[in-house]
Amino acid sequence: MRIGVFICHCGSNIAGTVDCARVAEISTGFPDVVYATDPMYTCAEPGQVAIEAAIHDHRLDGVVVASCSPRIHEPTFRHTVERAGLNRYMFEMANIREHVSWIGKDRDANTNKAAELVKMALAKLRNNRPLVAKSFEANKKVLIVGGGVAGIQAALDCADGGVPVILLERESTIGGKMAKLDKTFPTVDCSACILGPKMVDVAQHPNITLYTYSELEDISGYIGNFTVKIHKRATYVNWEKCTGCGVCSEKCPSKKTPDAFNELTGVTTAINIPFPQAIPKKAVISAEHCRQLTKGKCGICAKTCPTGAVVYDMQDDVVTEEVGCIIAATGYDLMDWTVYREYGGGQYPDVITSLQYERLLSTSGPTGGHIRRPSDGLEPKHVVFIQCVGSRDKSVGRPYCSGFCCMYTAKQAVLTKDHLPLSQSYVFYMDIRAPGKLYDEFTRRAVEEYGVEYIRGRVSAVYPDGEGAYVVMGVDTLLGRPVEIKADIVVLAVGIEASRGAAALAEKLRISYDNYGFFMESHVKLKPVETNTAGVFLAGVCQGAKDIPASVAQGSATAAKVLALFARDRLENDPQTAQVDTRRCVGCGKCIRCCPFGALKETTIRGEIKTDVIETVCQGCGLCTSTCPQGAVQLSHATDNQILAEVNALCRC
Amino acid sequence: MTYAYYPGCSAKGSSADYEKSTQAVCDVLGLTLVEMSDWNCCGSTPAHAVDTELSAALCARNLDIAARQGAKMLLTPCPSCLSNLKHAANRLEKPEFRARVDALLDNPAAGNFPAVTSVMQGIAAHCDVNGIAKHIRKNLKGLKLAAYYGCLMSRPAKLMDFGDPENPSLMENLLTACGAEMLNFPLKTVCCGASYGIPERAVTARLSGRILKLAACMQADAVAVACPLCQMNLDLRQPQAAKAVDAFFNMPVLYFTQIMGLAFGLSPTALGLEKLRVSADSLLRKLEAEGGRS
Repeated sequence: MRIGVFICHCGSNIAGTVDCARVAEISTGFPDVVYATDPMYTCAEPGQVAIEAAIHDHRLDGVVVASCSPRIHEPTFRHTVERAGLNRYMFEMANIREHVSWIGKDRDANTNKAAELVKMALAKLRNNRPLVAKSFEANKKVLIVGGGVAGIQAALDCADGGVPVILLERESTIGGKMAKLDKTFPTVDCSACILGPKMVDVAQHPNITLYTYSELEDISGYIGNFTVKIHKRATYVNWEKCTGCGVCSEKCPSKKTPDAFNELTGVTTAINIPFPQAIPKKAVISAEHCRQLTKGKCGICAKTCPTGAVVYDMQDDVVTEEVGCIIAATGYDLMDWTVYREYGGGQYPDVITSLQYERLLSTSGPTGGHIRRPSDGLEPKHVVFIQCVGSRDKSVGRPYCSGFCCMYTAKQAVLTKDHLPLSQSYVFYMDIRAPGKLYDEFTRRAVEEYGVEYIRGRVSAVYPDGEGAYVVMGVDTLLGRPVEIKADIVVLAVGIEASRGAAALAEKLRISYDNYGFFMESHVKLKPVETNTAGVFLAGVCQGAKDIPASVAQGSATAAKVLALFARDRLENDPQTAQVDTRRCVGCGKCIRCCPFGALKETTIRGEIKTDVIETVCQGCGLCTSTCPQGAVQLSHATDNQILAEVNALCRC
Repeated sequence: MTYAYYPGCSAKGSSADYEKSTQAVCDVLGLTLVEMSDWNCCGSTPAHAVDTELSAALCARNLDIAARQGAKMLLTPCPSCLSNLKHAANRLEKPEFRARVDALLDNPAAGNFPAVTSVMQGIAAHCDVNGIAKHIRKNLKGLKLAAYYGCLMSRPAKLMDFGDPENPSLMENLLTACGAEMLNFPLKTVCCGASYGIPERAVTARLSGRILKLAACMQADAVAVACPLCQMNLDLRQPQAAKAVDAFFNMPVLYFTQIMGLAFGLSPTALGLEKLRVSADSLLRKLEAEGGRS
């Protein structure tokens, strides 16, 4: 074999603590190495051109690059050697940045370790064989989980690009959190007015199939060929017949159903349509509160429905769909703010969440857009906003910033002044985080034009003053003294957490999630909408806190990824999969049981039970390889021989 | 049950009524409190602020006496005494600190100190709701009370062991068992101004005023307290407090033991009610008018 070795300086990243020229020199002494050099930036264009030239000039049939993490650049260099005519798997990488230069300062020791890692890579490369990807047909259809603004944007962009879309939503209507907002910052335009048309587009788009009141039950398969089971919850209303006329809810006698759309600030009927712009605009019966379903006595909605759409004995249903890729856009939930007992922990009626206040501001809300205190319906004069309730607070396990609370608080304070010109708003804040376009200007306007009083400091307690108002005790850390503000209503800017069930969904999708249940992107900076599972993408707050503009941008970004993927007629699998040596396999089935992806199956060869690998499903994790008692399962590109060669190279000095 | 009893110095002076009612209530409930012989002041508020070793030495002597008298459990009515004794016992677990404290004492402390707890915790541990109910002669039904713990009773949380330091509920449990209606009083652990009543009277007046004002707004018939200093600030300084918050108060401030004693049918004299500056007459009248017999 003729091997070329390239020891990258990575500027001073590696060369700062590793003698790269020396490593290259040592490398020339290793078996089969015919060429070794130490370029400044191997990944840059001159570096890659130099590799191609070396392959031609020195008739190389294998290349080792010692540089940064393979996670970042292995695909780059594989393409480089491929351009020069080698098989992309005749390439090995030694990580001498994260594993050497960044973690040690001793130049001699580092140089020595770098050389040893190169030696290991060489030992592996000498046992490499060319691998060829198999190609397969892709089902060019996408499933989008979550019908908030990110999911809606992704759905519309995919559908406009000619890709059939299945949009799945847990609630009975799409729109997500944005549909609950009155106005949006920094332009203070009507949320429903800008989202509504998009929701209608979803309903009317020929390429979009909408499943609301449905959840993802099961996913199997792989990129290009996923099979998904969708659990359609019973609505007790035949949506084919329901025209959304609303007569049923007018007549429904059970009028004490907590109104989830209004964030429990009001009550609704047991059969209801969540809000006027709902898509689809169809009625749903809350089984918990319906007198017919709980007590078997009532049936008024069935009698009044002009189209006879009510079906009390409706059952849940499961439908199966085939898709090629999946976009997760499951959004967020508010953190359980009642843990803040010092703020009234759910015991004071006029201490409410920001989303509840948003419903009080909204014309379609329980008060018709008039700000009224929940306790007595009076107009508040003094409104206190408390920021960072459940954000940036390690003591409640929420150390992260929720991102948009500074802005929506400023917006709500501005709207409060618009609604109640004689009112005075106070905002207790920690820092103002307003980095978006026109954001800082907006918060300034709240202070300078709307007279909102910002007090930097945390609130220690909120308690009723006994005369119908509340006392907000806090500290002004700029003045360095305690403050007490009298408030008629207290609005808590409650932080966010991952949507309920996010972790379970991640397990189904086989994607990673962080400590808080937010889904992990493939690379924080360079692959922000991809996941580590091929064919699964992320959009919106399910990946981390973001506001509407960012969610929409990410929705479009995932759509671009989907369209790029489906622009190809056939997809290729990664050939680094498990292979079974059927002569050695004794058919014990241990590998089948340990495979997390279901990529192994039993087969019969000449009457004997053996294991077979479904290569398109195999993710190359290697669990089966280490489980097989016979050593019959080998991972291509990481065979026992290759790993032992590496170990031998290191140990037999 | 017999417990060693550490009254603390205010029990012998400013809060003699606390002492009297504590003894009377414990008698009814069957807790025998045996006052330690030859006890000294715990150092109260000033000592620990000036010299922790001196403060610990004062407490170590008390703990030592109790241990030598064979006490397993030491009860004290005063939160400040409780805090000092508990802090000292905790600090004395460190050998080098203990050695420095021993140097200040004629007789080094023997060790194996008794556990220290408040009278309130002692009563709650001794008898449950039913245990209290069977002694009730005059149900406190109709009486609206604000339980006020003060800042010291429940803090530091781990040491004082009163549950949620912001929202303790032991006093409410005891008085509810006596039939009283307990208000959800949000200022129950907010400072009354404590000993600032002497150097900075305005501070205490403002802080105590806030507490009294809320209790009055919530239409409490009385404030129930467990601390001699809090009682003094809220009761004796009520005119100052009223002036500071621009209000008028006539709010009886009773020790929780006095209230329990009333429920047990003890006479106002037996509970030292005549020592209160703001008369408890309104309370007694309401009790006569509304309070049913159990």
